[in-house]
Amino acid sequence: MGKKTPEINSSSTADMAFLLLCFFMMTTTMDQDKGLQRRLPPMPDPNQKAEDQKVNRRNIIVVKINSADRLFAGTEPMDVSQLKDKIKEFLSNPANDPSLPEREEKEIEGFGPCMVSKGVISLQNDRGTSYQAYIAVQNELVKAVNELRDEFAIANFGQIYMKCDEDQQKIIREAVPQNISEAEPKDVSKK
Amino acid sequence: MSKFKNKEKRTVPQPPSGSLSDIVFMLLFFFMVTTTMRETESKVMVRLPEASEIAKLERKDLTSYINIGTPIRSLQGQFGNDSRIQLNDSFKTVDEIRDFIAAERDAMSEADRSFMTVAIKADENTRMGIVTDVKQELRKCSALKIMYTARKGE
Repeated sequence: MGKKTPEINSSSTADMAFLLLCFFMMTTTMDQDKGLQRRLPPMPDPNQKAEDQKVNRRNIIVVKINSADRLFAGTEPMDVSQLKDKIKEFLSNPANDPSLPEREEKEIEGFGPCMVSKGVISLQNDRGTSYQAYIAVQNELVKAVNELRDEFAIANFGQIYMKCDEDQQKIIREAVPQNISEAEPKDVSKK
Repeated sequence: MSKFKNKEKRTVPQPPSGSLSDIVFMLLFFFMVTTTMRETESKVMVRLPEASEIAKLERKDLTSYINIGTPIRSLQGQFGNDSRIQLNDSFKTVDEIRDFIAAERDAMSEADRSFMTVAIKADENTRMGIVTDVKQELRKCSALKIMYTARKGE
């Protein structure tokens, strides 16, 4: 043992760390991406003849948005704020109205028989529709389904959908399906 | 005068600064772990539409982004101010989405491919025409899980 190695001056490590810290603080992006998740329908097989999807008329509600962002749901024009209640009424059909979608008894695993609505929401838009209006409508549709799910969850499990456990959520999703079909784009006006 | 001198000597003791670097390092690691480097430079102006029923994106690493919007100011002279699609780092046409999706898919492991999500980040003033084209193209390359990125509103 000859010379003792001199101790490295450590008073500047804090400075260096601060510098790095500042760099990462500046570059960091904490925002998480959030949005509306959707599943697109698969492309129809070209070899297969387009079979007539005979969906009973009462089971479909058509929501149209035109190029001026006006909304048309079912048989009447309406405002976005009214859409949610309309969809809820359409999907739940509390009074078994023959003009609203039929409900089918379905055996759900782990829950038992349950009346499931066969309603499908068909969303159509024009090429000139603004994205904002489209998202607003999508949002209302999801909101309607979510509220129905919450109602179902409270009635059967005593808590809202988000608080239910995985299995319960699966049951709820089956009992209150989210059937939103984004129709094939239609060439309304070809320019 | 000695009275004053005595007072000057009685200084507040320095707080121990030995653990300062530890604290800073801890913060540093926190930020290093949470940080996600912005890989691509945004070339389009995107103001996300508002929505209230939004869900979080689960796997960020399995997500590909498609930005749609008007080019940023400095590029407007070159590209005009019509809505454009940005993939990775450059403007692309709708037809090039196919290659983009294929490349993104190749970069993922076999098991993860079915969970691939495409996040559409479109400006709120975009017309649906271009979004519909993108959606159709995505259907063609069977990238069916999509997400309309939105910001929390209301």
